[in-house]
Amino acid sequence: MKLIIENLSLSRAGQEIVTDISFELSAGEALIVTGENGSGKSTTLRGVAGLLPLSGGSVTLLDETGKQFEGETREYCHYLGHQNGMKPALTVRENLDFWQKFCGEPDLTIEQALEEVDLAHTIDLPFSYLSAGMKRRVSIARLLVSDRPIWIVDEPTAGLDAQSSKMFTNLCQTFCKGGGILIAATHLPLGIKTEKTLEIKALR
Amino acid sequence: MTALLKREILLSIRAGGSALTGVLFFLAVVSVFPFAVGPDTKLLSHLAPAILWIGALLASLLGLDRLFAQEREDGSLDMLVMQSHPLALTIFVKALAHWIMTGLPLVLATPLFGVMLNLSPLGIGATMITLLAGTPAISFIGAVGAAVSVKLPRGGMLISVLVLPLVIPVLIFGVAAITGALEDPAPFTAPFLFVCAITLFTSVLGPLAASIMLRHSAD
Amino acid sequence: MSSETIKPSIWAFANPTRFMGFANKAIPVLVIITFLLLAVGLWLSFIAPEDYQQGYTVLIMFIHVPAAWLAMMTYSVMSISAIGTIVWRHPLADVSLRSAAPLGAMFTILALATGSLWGKPMWGTWWEWDARMTSVLVLLIIYLGLIALSKAFDEPSEAALPLAVMTLTGFAIIPIIKFSVDWWNTLHQPASVSRLDKPAMGPEFLYPLLIMALAYMAIFFTLHMMAMRNEILNRRIRTMKMSAARKQSVTIPNEGAT
Repeated sequence: MKLIIENLSLSRAGQEIVTDISFELSAGEALIVTGENGSGKSTTLRGVAGLLPLSGGSVTLLDETGKQFEGETREYCHYLGHQNGMKPALTVRENLDFWQKFCGEPDLTIEQALEEVDLAHTIDLPFSYLSAGMKRRVSIARLLVSDRPIWIVDEPTAGLDAQSSKMFTNLCQTFCKGGGILIAATHLPLGIKTEKTLEIKALR
Repeated sequence: MTALLKREILLSIRAGGSALTGVLFFLAVVSVFPFAVGPDTKLLSHLAPAILWIGALLASLLGLDRLFAQEREDGSLDMLVMQSHPLALTIFVKALAHWIMTGLPLVLATPLFGVMLNLSPLGIGATMITLLAGTPAISFIGAVGAAVSVKLPRGGMLISVLVLPLVIPVLIFGVAAITGALEDPAPFTAPFLFVCAITLFTSVLGPLAASIMLRHSAD
Repeated sequence: MSSETIKPSIWAFANPTRFMGFANKAIPVLVIITFLLLAVGLWLSFIAPEDYQQGYTVLIMFIHVPAAWLAMMTYSVMSISAIGTIVWRHPLADVSLRSAAPLGAMFTILALATGSLWGKPMWGTWWEWDARMTSVLVLLIIYLGLIALSKAFDEPSEAALPLAVMTLTGFAIIPIIKFSVDWWNTLHQPASVSRLDKPAMGPEFLYPLLIMALAYMAIFFTLHMMAMRNEILNRRIRTMKMSAARKQSVTIPNEGAT
């Protein structure tokens, strides 16, 4: 599996935010995107995830034989943005259960996924009762409940304490070892062997 | 998709019961009419189909502004869009859930309000059937309005302005069908079939238009 | 310690824990009083003679009239609670207001439904836009609106002040609504309503009616106290769940300690 980004350009409200970004990632590799605030990290990630129309360039996903995957690349991605994508009125279980069924390809059970993020005791509590850091951990558990080969995570450790951040880097290492592709905008060293970095400089 | 339907219904039950608020709004609109036209029983029973339809129309618009805006605010919209199943289908299910939680309770509450407006049993039956066939169209067209105004912080009023003119045909044929059922020379079947046709048409057109909008509204 | 001795006043029950202790003792007594009053009231109602004009339908009045009275009394209880919330910010006042609203709505629905049952044989229609029925309907909408408001907040304590302000605003405007509805009705001169001129009520009707009214009040106070107890317990469950999420040791306030 290979994710190829060629000459990616993105603009917002007619203004170019990033231009000519190219990189290639194979199964098991991780890309750390760094840059100042406002340099376009989030925009780049959203562009790769197919959430923004590209103003130039291409995003392609090839399998081992070099054939293109069926459908759009975004169907193979998990995206974790600044928001958690969870409903406060539902319980943790109901939230994760929905995403698991909706995204398909069930991987870990909800109980196992919550065990991974050390929140098994909150399974039947409403999401709104959790603290900010716990909410973030639940949304990390969302990545685990259905199997998608690419994770695109934007500031995943925002609001997490040191211990939980460590837990998250461990999850990322396991994911990459299992052949996943990880693209992360973070300042945290992930400690993944096959780690590439991409520094985005603000235009202007 | 059943998971999505289940989630939407669960959410609207948990979050303060939108079904209750919808019916309550319907009740308020219906009870305000007699104050304006006077407590004349004959006149009210003559106006009843129109009053019930307008009440249902306005009540169905409730909550439309939150249909996608809420998903966008909490980040769910991103993952709703990144799926292999068609986005239009997702929107169809969301609009359907909106109808189940706002439109359907209105249909079920109609007999009570019909009695209050002195509508005959036949009239109540006809109103229920036309509302049952017609109100889904409001949710489906409303989904387009909700998608168009997804980024606006105060989209509620705008959605009403955008959607109301588009649902006028449903109102025309709906009330015409009730008149047809109650008064002899006027036909019931033809306008009723028009209502059904509009609902079926919008059930395809609405989600498709909204999906084009949502694809390009992500930022 | 001497400075902390509390005078045995109504404020002694203003502490939710104390209230729970009081409620647990009071509710069984209230239940017995309610059943006794209801039994006597219903028995007196059924042996009441037939009315020369209305026949047996007059019996509906013994259910209907107290319900309408209670619908108004409940709103007064809610308004007093609202003052408690606004002036003293007392949590128990909010609990009382919140628990009374569904009861008020139920009494109003009962009044409307029995009125409608009475109206069918007397007026020939289930519903008439008569001044009295219409203003009770408006009261019902106000009740339901307040219930919807109380459920609209994620955090129940955040709903306390909005709910109290809305309740008091309603209380101030209700007389105007009542007056305007009466005025609206006379303006339009409803043709079909044959107004029932109430003859001076004989004691054979008055006593059952008064006892039924007392029974209804007992029902209200019993259910209100039970609902308040439930609301307090619900809030405790909520707090315990929230601290459970944080993995903190939960201390349950001991019921019998005070």
